[in-house]
Amino acid sequence: MFVEVILSFLLVTGAAFAFIGSLGLAKLPDFYMRLHGPTKATTLGIGSMLGASVIYAATAEQTFTLHELLITIFLFITAPISAHLLAKAALFRGIEDTTGKVLENVITSHPEPDASQYPDLEDFDDDEDE
Amino acid sequence: MLQTAIYIAFALTTAALIMNMWRMVKGPDLVDRIVALDTMYINTIALLILAGIYMASALFFEAALLIAMMGFVGTVALCKYLLRGNIIE
Repeated sequence: MFVEVILSFLLVTGAAFAFIGSLGLAKLPDFYMRLHGPTKATTLGIGSMLGASVIYAATAEQTFTLHELLITIFLFITAPISAHLLAKAALFRGIEDTTGKVLENVITSHPEPDASQYPDLEDFDDDEDE
Repeated sequence: MLQTAIYIAFALTTAALIMNMWRMVKGPDLVDRIVALDTMYINTIALLILAGIYMASALFFEAALLIAMMGFVGTVALCKYLLRGNIIE
């Protein structure tokens, strides 16, 4: 009975967090705000539901496995990486925020070398003919 | 009690998936669609885990793990394509 209460609590809170994350993705006004909902709230929600699955397998089926924790750890590692890459892609494409401002030249696909960091070199020309 | 909690969780996750679908269809830019697809992967894992508890079977675990890994690889590949115009250079 006590385990059932914990399981129900974990499942409902996890699903509520996933729902709130998706609500943020659907309703917030600009892309940089929308990125917050799925990457934080939804990840916490699924972590909670996977914890419930571990407890259920340990109590109801008498088989204690940590398989589900594998998914949890994987998601907790990969969610910030994909969020970082998505924000970088959005900056590179020049997407406006709510004020209509575009952050220009923050991300360049092929950055120019900075001459001040290499004082020994005379010039940066790659042409070997000259 | 656990049965009721599972039904509530099913309803919330399904509503979340429908909202992600709406964002993916509407999304003003390509990156919005990529975020929506990534969130749909995560919510699908939640739905599979719930089905595993509801039917008391461990069969859904492998599918959930595969979706987690393939979803991450897909998101990274799409972002890389947007950033560099190429996936494997």
